[in-house]
Amino acid sequence: MAKLVAHMRLIAGALALAFIVTISAPVSAQQPSMVNPTADAVKEQQLLQQLRSIQGRVTIPDVKSSTLEQPVGRNWQHFHSVTLRWIGAIAILGTLALLVIFYLMRGMVMLKSGRSGRKIVRFNTFERFVHWMTATCFIILAVTGLNITFGRPLFVSTFGSEAFTTWSEWAKYAHNYLSFPFTIGVVLIFLLWIGGNIPNKVDVEWFKRGGGIVGDDHPPAYRFNGGQKAIYWIVVLGGAAVAITGYVLMFPFYGTTIDTMQYAQMIHAVVAMLFVAAMLGHIYIGTIGMEGAFEAMGEGTVDVNWAKEHHRLWLEDEMGGSAKSARTQPAE
Amino acid sequence: MARMKFLCDADRCIECNACVTACKNEHEVPWGINRRRVVTLNDGKPGERSISMACMHCTDAPCAAVCPVNCFYTTADFVVLHSKDLCIGCGYCFYACPFGAPQYPKVGNFGSRGKMDKCTFCAGGPDADGSKEEFEKYGANRLAEGKLPLCAEMCSTKSLLAGDSDVIAQIYKERVSKRGYGSGAWGWQTAYRESIAT
Repeated sequence: MAKLVAHMRLIAGALALAFIVTISAPVSAQQPSMVNPTADAVKEQQLLQQLRSIQGRVTIPDVKSSTLEQPVGRNWQHFHSVTLRWIGAIAILGTLALLVIFYLMRGMVMLKSGRSGRKIVRFNTFERFVHWMTATCFIILAVTGLNITFGRPLFVSTFGSEAFTTWSEWAKYAHNYLSFPFTIGVVLIFLLWIGGNIPNKVDVEWFKRGGGIVGDDHPPAYRFNGGQKAIYWIVVLGGAAVAITGYVLMFPFYGTTIDTMQYAQMIHAVVAMLFVAAMLGHIYIGTIGMEGAFEAMGEGTVDVNWAKEHHRLWLEDEMGGSAKSARTQPAE
Repeated sequence: MARMKFLCDADRCIECNACVTACKNEHEVPWGINRRRVVTLNDGKPGERSISMACMHCTDAPCAAVCPVNCFYTTADFVVLHSKDLCIGCGYCFYACPFGAPQYPKVGNFGSRGKMDKCTFCAGGPDADGSKEEFEKYGANRLAEGKLPLCAEMCSTKSLLAGDSDVIAQIYKERVSKRGYGSGAWGWQTAYRESIAT
């Protein structure tokens, strides 16, 4: 019996072998006798015409190194070295020039009726804290950010490579770390003042009448006028844009590719340049552009006459709402 | 003076990764950093080719153009080098580099990049040739000793060529005309804005 089983096994084995040989023979027969290695070889030119970058496979754990070639890096180089510098220079120097011209023509917008001596609370302590925290971060972020774009042509030859590197390294750290309080500030600004910043009909009228800064008109406004609402949305939307793209750059290859990071850098840089230009306008009006404006964010109170001229509807709400809750304070 | 270039003959590369290993060993490159790697295209399909890639030492190098602190320089042999004393680890050269050459050691918090590291064409850096400082920052300086980059010198199939542009282009042309095919000088158009007519 055991012998029979052994025989059967041998026959089955022989049959299986014969079967394998017969089915594999035609397969090898299908192989062309002459292989032309050029016929199927991947061609660089062809790949580059079809794709932004050439991807392959690598045997090292570093996945990003599987990108063999990305010639678009040269386009990004052009953006960074040429396009961005023009955008930044025109936006920032242009705004500065306009502000100087405007100041020379218009001067400080004075209080027409003088000071009443009575004050009304405009921004409480927390609101001012959030504003100044965000503003301080913004100024440092702007200076250190502009250093990356304009520092090399402006300062390397003046201060020397070593000194410029020391400064730039600290600037990089400041830029990275201050992004966190800045982002928190933008979120708080969004939440604190969203109530008064929804655009409405009063703003249309306000813009039509030149906002009071062009000419001597004083169009009525609630707590925030059209221009302030514009600044609010620039801060909220621009702040969100620079924060998101900034974190993409700060956490390289956390679910992003080189493409994403190039686009993120371009959005980050362009939005930031326009943001700086807009903030120059904001700083101008809040300081030398208008009498009685700085104290709103400085001490938190404004003169009632200032409120009457610039935010009449807000003052009426505050005064008329209820005599008890009116936030006016006697002059000290 | 020569115009130093790399040329990888993809029709000869067998993806043995010996160039990668040799580079890591010669320069004592830290863990996680690869100055050279072998990328396989069409892996497992007809027409598969492997290309050994590192810094191509570009003409008008994009890394040098975008560096905010101007830490790059080109040697008399047209090798693109950088100073780790000046680098601030911003990552811009990586965005601009067409070949993914710049590498960053991960230091400190989140994705913070340390000082950039890349292929030096075995030519060290701005420190004194053959000094301890130079070796620690940039690795061996074989060019100063009259030797060519180790990756190409020990390539078993002589797929990876390193040396003067005219010489290696001539070798490649002869190979192509003899065997009758060639998939081209990978990266040359992007790096040097010229190709080898074969």
